[in-house]
Amino acid sequence: MGFSAILVMMPLFLVLYFLVREGASSIDWHFFTQLPKPAGEVGGGMANGIVGSLVLLAMASLIGVPIGVMGGVYLAEYGSDRVNHSIRFLADVLNGVPSIVWGMVVYAVMVASFKTFTFSAYAGGAALGLMMIPLVMRTTEEVLLLVPQSYREAGLALGIARWKIITIIVIKTALKGIITGILVALARVAGETAPLLFTALGNNFWNHNLGQPIAALPLQIFQYAISPYDDWHRQAWAGALVLLLMILGINLLVRLLSRGNSAS
Amino acid sequence: MEPPPTATRPAVPAAATKTSGPEESPAFDIRDFSLWYGARQALDNVTIKIPARRVTAIIGPSGCGKSTFLRALNRMHEVTPGTKIKGSLRLFGDDLYGHGLDPAVVRRRVGMVFQKSNPFPTMSIEENVLVGLRLNGIRDRAFLKDRLEESLRLAALWDEVKDHLRRPGVSLSGGQQQRLCIARALAVQPEVLLMDEPCSALDPLATSKIEELIQHLREKFTVVIVTHNMQQAARSSDKTAFFYLGRLIEFDDTGKLFTSPSNPQTEAYVLGRFG
Repeated sequence: MGFSAILVMMPLFLVLYFLVREGASSIDWHFFTQLPKPAGEVGGGMANGIVGSLVLLAMASLIGVPIGVMGGVYLAEYGSDRVNHSIRFLADVLNGVPSIVWGMVVYAVMVASFKTFTFSAYAGGAALGLMMIPLVMRTTEEVLLLVPQSYREAGLALGIARWKIITIIVIKTALKGIITGILVALARVAGETAPLLFTALGNNFWNHNLGQPIAALPLQIFQYAISPYDDWHRQAWAGALVLLLMILGINLLVRLLSRGNSAS
Repeated sequence: MEPPPTATRPAVPAAATKTSGPEESPAFDIRDFSLWYGARQALDNVTIKIPARRVTAIIGPSGCGKSTFLRALNRMHEVTPGTKIKGSLRLFGDDLYGHGLDPAVVRRRVGMVFQKSNPFPTMSIEENVLVGLRLNGIRDRAFLKDRLEESLRLAALWDEVKDHLRRPGVSLSGGQQQRLCIARALAVQPEVLLMDEPCSALDPLATSKIEELIQHLREKFTVVIVTHNMQQAARSSDKTAFFYLGRLIEFDDTGKLFTSPSNPQTEAYVLGRFG
């Protein structure tokens, strides 16, 4: 038993070990504040990638959170058993769609369909947002179903309209769980590279127009890791470490929230 | 919209007080009322007149339809999909199942307290009491403040909570939570209060407090209480209805029904021979 537990933990520690050994030395103030330097020049940072990733996550949330939460509310509160069964099945299929396929779909719809043929932050955000929908939807449904039926009945017995009971009483009761689900979905898509390859594309400079390509941490790591330069390799390790720490931070937030949930 | 306090209360007590005397007009006038859950019939041709401003107890063995009957009085049974009704059910002359009538309107006139206390966990004591008014669009501060105190006093809870109205409703004890739910139901000023085994999860002390409060409620409200505790029915009600297998077997003054029932099935049940 103990041995299996160690085996399970091994990959995590290996990942951390290598990231710290290879990347920690390249993390300094410049890494967070500077743009990438041209190939051959030493130094520079991934400030644009870090900010770009945050922008993409914010845009993804704009799509994934409202649609996902509303879908979850529909499943838990309105849908009939038969309709729900099909929606849940489709959501699970969507969850299993490889992320690069999402990238291709968004590429076809939002990038290649225009005459101007522009990769853009919009497209990248949309690809990540679409991936968030089924994740947010299922967790929202699950936590809403945990809210006892008796609260809904109490509201109905007071002559309160059903949509008010759901939005003001039920969702509020389950709010921590819903937010936890959203954060888990964000953590999941934050490290995605494939759906951004031909949507957001990446950018070595600051993005001043969301209709233009935007940098993202995973893209930058990918680009640097496959380059022939040692300095870029070190930067890629550092970027991976920062990305992992960001995701770790989101997960810690989730733990904090769900602990507060069980205590109340 | 800021309805004056008098506007929210329809002419119930007026209707009830006008015809004082032995033959007061009933609160509920129910005729040939049947109810089905899908193919299963839960109520069979119930005809009963429930008096206004009295406490009416509904007794009967498990599965006799007493809870279903109670829930039909404010259309709460419609929460279960696939129900069907037949017959007429009137409250002070108004058909509660009238065509196009929103059940929410019915439920504002006929409030309900459940078996297990269910204060909203995200709300304070004050918010719990006022939620029905606030979510129905009432914003008038002074009016809400009056309703808060009056409802908590009616539920015999005011003295215990007046100094910490902002604490969570779920921080109260079980009996207090149930009285909080009674205050919440009373705050919307219903004409009738339905209680579905309100004491079955409470200890004897908390139970006696609620029974005492029911005695006071009868001065202003029509109370219908479902109970499986026959001592409770005998102690706290004026009238008692005995249900068995979805039918109303006997309905009479509580004293008479318990001491000299006219139906042998009623007698067998109140003597504890079955159920």
